[in-house]
Amino acid sequence: MKKLLALLLALCMVFALCACGGGSNTAAPETESAEPAAAPETEAAEAEEPAAEAEEPAEAGEPAAEAEEPAAEAETPAEPVDVKVGFICLHDEQSTYDLNFMNAATEACEAMGVPYVIKTNIPEGQECYEAAMDLIDDGCNIIFADSFGHEDYMIQAAKECPEVQFCHATGTKAHTEGLDNYHNAFAAIFDGRYLAGIAAGMKLSEMIANGEITADQAKIGYVGAFTYAEVISGYTSFFLGARSVCPSATMEVTFTGSWYDLALEQEGAQKLIDDGCVLISQHADSLGAPSVCESNGVPNVSYNGSTIEAGPNTYIVSSRINWAPYYEYMITCVQNGQPIDADWTGDLATGSVELLEVNEAVAAEGTTEAIAEAVAAIEAGELHVFDTAAFTVNGETLDSYMADVDTDPAYTPDTEAIADGWFHESEYRSAPYFDLMIDGIELLDTAF
Amino acid sequence: MNKTAHTPLFHVSRRAPLPWYGAWAIRGGALLLALIVCAFVTTLVTGLNPLSVYGTIFQGSFGSARRAWVLFQNLAILLCVSLAVTPAFRMRFWNIGGEGQMLLGGLAAAACMILLGDRLPNWLLIVVTVVSSIAAGAIWGAIPAVFKAKWNTNETLFTLMMNYIAIQLVAYFIIVWEVPKGAGKIGIINQSTEAGWLPMLGSYKYLLNILVVAVICALMYVYLNYTKHGYEIAVVGESERTARYIGIKVERVIVRTMLLSGAVCGVAGMLLVAGTDHTLTTTITGGRGFTAVMVSWLAKFDPLWMIFTSFLIVFMERGASQISTDFGLSSSFADILTGVILFFIIGSEFFITYRLNLRHTGKEAD
Repeated sequence: MKKLLALLLALCMVFALCACGGGSNTAAPETESAEPAAAPETEAAEAEEPAAEAEEPAEAGEPAAEAEEPAAEAETPAEPVDVKVGFICLHDEQSTYDLNFMNAATEACEAMGVPYVIKTNIPEGQECYEAAMDLIDDGCNIIFADSFGHEDYMIQAAKECPEVQFCHATGTKAHTEGLDNYHNAFAAIFDGRYLAGIAAGMKLSEMIANGEITADQAKIGYVGAFTYAEVISGYTSFFLGARSVCPSATMEVTFTGSWYDLALEQEGAQKLIDDGCVLISQHADSLGAPSVCESNGVPNVSYNGSTIEAGPNTYIVSSRINWAPYYEYMITCVQNGQPIDADWTGDLATGSVELLEVNEAVAAEGTTEAIAEAVAAIEAGELHVFDTAAFTVNGETLDSYMADVDTDPAYTPDTEAIADGWFHESEYRSAPYFDLMIDGIELLDTAF
Repeated sequence: MNKTAHTPLFHVSRRAPLPWYGAWAIRGGALLLALIVCAFVTTLVTGLNPLSVYGTIFQGSFGSARRAWVLFQNLAILLCVSLAVTPAFRMRFWNIGGEGQMLLGGLAAAACMILLGDRLPNWLLIVVTVVSSIAAGAIWGAIPAVFKAKWNTNETLFTLMMNYIAIQLVAYFIIVWEVPKGAGKIGIINQSTEAGWLPMLGSYKYLLNILVVAVICALMYVYLNYTKHGYEIAVVGESERTARYIGIKVERVIVRTMLLSGAVCGVAGMLLVAGTDHTLTTTITGGRGFTAVMVSWLAKFDPLWMIFTSFLIVFMERGASQISTDFGLSSSFADILTGVILFFIIGSEFFITYRLNLRHTGKEAD
């Protein structure tokens, strides 16, 4: 009996300790969350003053990044708002997509000296809402979620917590939702895909020139996740890039119905290779396709980040969105009490669209130069990826297309996207809306 | 007994039944050990003070009013499924299909909300949603029961496989109802109109679910312990032959009990879909259909003790996930901690039924 009593008492003590520890910790987030709510108001009041003063405009010539300093030096000792960022990731570092976000988060937050928390493996369901609210309880005042399916739950949380800023990658609803604290972001990654496509086209041309394949056999395989605009825009721009170099190129696309499924992506890549595809690219997040390419000796153009470790003899190049510029932007905005754009689209100029280093061992000769040339043309506005002269739909060149930019359940097309001879992708909102099925690309299965 | 032979270091013998406080002292001790091992593992990995680890566990469950609500919401849903499988378990019918029955209930709720969302007045829509979820869960539960009653099929395998069919059905309908097309997910159903959403009591999002489950818990307690049906279930569980001998229609009891079991699972699914989550995913159940088996077992199929066992599991899960977030560990780390805790809790059941006799005590006893 004594032993039992002792055990019970010990148990009581443990819980008591927990209770004490918990109690002191709970207080902290509350006070923290109170600050950001109050601070923006004082900041806003201040912001008007410098504008009225005569001295300030002299300094305004300096780069935008330094704009914080004058604000901090202002007579009232209001410092920039303390920022703590919470990141919500669909998968963990095993996924190339999420790893890309996590690396950028670490890079941006550490460079700016901002505390951050990363939650991984958050499914696209109520879990996302719970995770966001949980991060807010932990004192975060910016919440960022990385997957398309997180959007509704981010909006739900944004409605309940007006003092917290919610930023969401790849989402489509911010510009119509009318919430001050909910924002979408994406990048003109179709430019990056197009550049990666040039590398693929160069490789195909080299294979034709070497007599490895005939011009008719220049078939690309593409493993996609889902059949909606983000993926369609990605593979189409990639294909257009390849075809700009190798005119006889065709493409087959298969879908897995999942952002991360190693086995399905391996199966998909193998199916494409067995079907006669001589080069593979993918828009799904595991190392499935690159590893199958390596074992089959088929060249691979990657996405999200370098997969050279999975395919040292087949990896050509990878395009990726560098999220660090956006993270820096949103953190700076909150620090200075400025509003964040409802829709933010990064591009080559902001450093958001990146093409990683070309693997010279596999890539065709002159790839780096050809890419550099295309970059210059895109930046100069001479080259448009979705130039209507470059593709046909059902054999016809398009001069008008109504895209579904404002999301609604009936997918009502609402915005004319073709003007000046090209499809204006990622201009009317950040997330892609190019969903045309162009000639030359065959979809093998569209179950998803 | 041959005294010259090598005596093992210890041997295991069955205990006389322990008084309830003895059993719970052993469980408490197991929990304490689990906490110590968890702290030890976390300290090894992160180099943190073990006390702050306990603080974090508590923080994850009760760190804020919202977290406490979420804790009780999770507890309510887990308890609901546990209550659902319990009558079947008392009947020695191993219903491990709680997952599938829940999903079907959720699927029916989502179907009503999506298809009838703008056709019916809201109160009628909610009634239809509730009724159809209960019916869907009940039917999904009754199918294996009918097979068991008629052809004596193995209910464990049958209910298990029904889970996978349910998951695939849900996956299919997600593609049918996906928004936008090709995205592979439904998103929040009726986010703008809130049609078919269960009403919120005051400003407490989770209160309704918690109250509903509390009522179910009380009813289940009465049903199992003080009604003729409950008695029949117990007799069938003890011995089918005895049940037949005293004139209980065993087949009927099996089907009836599984209808009830499935129906309550359907309610759990409905509470998730129409009550809090307002969406349907294949992972919406979060494995609760399986965890419920453990909750029910640990509580010895007693609805009131289940409140405590489900609290224990939810509390530890929330705490473990908080540890992995706070210390920047992979979410798998939370699974490791939960695994450690469950290992100890389940292990404690062994020591409640058996005792270890160390070598010297063994000699004295003999």
